[in-house]
Amino acid sequence: MTGSNRTIVYEWLRHDKKFPHVWCPGCGLGILLGSLVRALSSSGLDKNRVVLVSGIGCSGRLPVYVDTASVHTTHGRALTFALGIKLSKPDLVVIVVMGDGDATAIGGNHLIHAARRNLDLTALIVNNQTYGMTGGQFSPTTPFGSKASTAVFGHIENSFDISALSETAGAAFVARSTVYHVNQMDNLILQAIRKKGFSVLEVLSPCHTNFGRHNRLGSQVDMMKMYKKQGVPVKRWEQMSEKERLDRIPLGVLTDRDMPTYLDSYAEVCRLAAGMREEGKI
Amino acid sequence: MKRHKARLMQGNEAIAEGALAAGCTFFAGYPITPASEITELMSRELPIMGHPFIQMEDEIASIGACIGASLAGGKAMTATSGPGFSLMQENLGYAYVAEVPLVVVNVMRAGPSTGMPTSVAQGDVQQARWGTHGDHPAIVLCPATVAEAFELTVTAFNHAERFRTPVILLADEMVAHTREKLVLPAAEEIEVINRRRPAVPPDWYLPYKTDGSLIPRLADLGEGYRYHVTGLIHDERGFPTGRQDEAGWFYARLFGKISRHFKYLERINSFGMEDAEYVIVAYGCTARSARAAVRLGRAQGMRVGLLQLLCLWPFPRNAVETALTGKRAALVPELNFGQMRREVLRVNNGRTKVLGLTKTDGTMIAPDEILKRLREAA
Repeated sequence: MTGSNRTIVYEWLRHDKKFPHVWCPGCGLGILLGSLVRALSSSGLDKNRVVLVSGIGCSGRLPVYVDTASVHTTHGRALTFALGIKLSKPDLVVIVVMGDGDATAIGGNHLIHAARRNLDLTALIVNNQTYGMTGGQFSPTTPFGSKASTAVFGHIENSFDISALSETAGAAFVARSTVYHVNQMDNLILQAIRKKGFSVLEVLSPCHTNFGRHNRLGSQVDMMKMYKKQGVPVKRWEQMSEKERLDRIPLGVLTDRDMPTYLDSYAEVCRLAAGMREEGKI
Repeated sequence: MKRHKARLMQGNEAIAEGALAAGCTFFAGYPITPASEITELMSRELPIMGHPFIQMEDEIASIGACIGASLAGGKAMTATSGPGFSLMQENLGYAYVAEVPLVVVNVMRAGPSTGMPTSVAQGDVQQARWGTHGDHPAIVLCPATVAEAFELTVTAFNHAERFRTPVILLADEMVAHTREKLVLPAAEEIEVINRRRPAVPPDWYLPYKTDGSLIPRLADLGEGYRYHVTGLIHDERGFPTGRQDEAGWFYARLFGKISRHFKYLERINSFGMEDAEYVIVAYGCTARSARAAVRLGRAQGMRVGLLQLLCLWPFPRNAVETALTGKRAALVPELNFGQMRREVLRVNNGRTKVLGLTKTDGTMIAPDEILKRLREAA
């Protein structure tokens, strides 16, 4: 970790954006914001080369506090804007912050295609299992049987596993953490940023205001304790029996593979195309 | 493709050529009839120049990628037809609000919905003006020939860059697929306008502060100008605002930057208007039939003139008002249920008889149909 929290705050948070932030007291997004700026600080990156992109929802408000260029896009489409930025200026580090509804409902198609393309982007997906900003409606990650403001009789759909979905779709790097496991989250964000290729970090974060309230999960502190209890390192998870795995969540790096990125392959296309033009073939 | 010599090409090819001539450095698109040729051509030409081309997962993603690319300093274009244009509307609104230069080509086909994918229509004229939710100005250009398709694509990029706004090129299936001779001008003969970038160091930069032009300067992402871009109504710093005075000024400026240039944006072709008693107001492929109708009518002793609209929005109010004054009748032939006739009626305000001639069966309006309708008025 380079520098104290004070220097990191001075260096990486916007001076002309007034705090407090928009989130409810106890929300995990503030913890993620802290983690992100610590990771950025450790990365040694020039902040002029970093662009934060977000969609709509509580998570969409995160980039505005960070002293990098930031683009707050439309609901679900953050990855498409990020792709345009990255392709236009490949030397930029583009980090995309999305929520679970943003990334896997309205933006689900963009997520799987971004993973398939393996363009060098970092996606931080904050999974609070609900639509927090609009009042706690069920999202694609709301567990079967839970209550939501649009499922007062119990939710009857199966949920997505964001990490498994990203992995299957072809992401180069997939990891999961929670806002309770802050040190791990700091490290995983850094790894995700440094990874060449499409990387996804799923961050479990409590929405006690909506998801917690509908499902009687207690205060934000109770929900943090729940994450503490549920989270197990991937290595231990692999040795656990089916029965032990019930109500437990594997945390850490789930996938890390080296594959040619979209830009590697596109550079090859450009070379080929220019050569063919020179020879008069096209 | 060899440049600076006469070639036989279709409208879609001319649009791709126009984009390259205007300095397009980014294209994202999704296959759709009758616009696919533009995407195919760009997929070949851009990599040769080392610029990004990408086929996206849908049209929403295509325009999203274009907005991102433009913010990063690229000159971006996407091309689609009705169904894809409908999908693009939300992000198009984003580009209006965040003031992102980009060009959207909509090659009109018969709609609504899947409609008649390979048949010509002009049903998206009002959608191009009012398609996205909320109030905003729009610039929409409409070619009738292959040469105009080339020229107006260059103009679309120039308007987008100059006014910091998305510009829509509203072609139609007939213009897109007609093959005509086109002499490509040499690069130095083409006027290319690029956006104004900040003239101050990053610390002084206010992304939405403007001078008298009302058009803010746009910094490329990643050049040290660490500003915020959002679809929320924002203040001069780019941060969301709910303040009455700031929101009010935002909308006033958004409209003002276009409305104070109505004269500059007006594009009209007049044909036989000098002594005309009857005026045909037409655009796109229908203007070609109208041109033939003018010749045919004059050969038969009828004094007919054509006012061809090349810029549909902002609507050329002054030109249409002037052209219709004192005429016996005006006719607006179009391949929809009278979308532009409404505008002509509105600005003419009852002073001249304004007839409509509509056709929505997937075919063109023939010149003699136009003449027949005019004779009914005579």
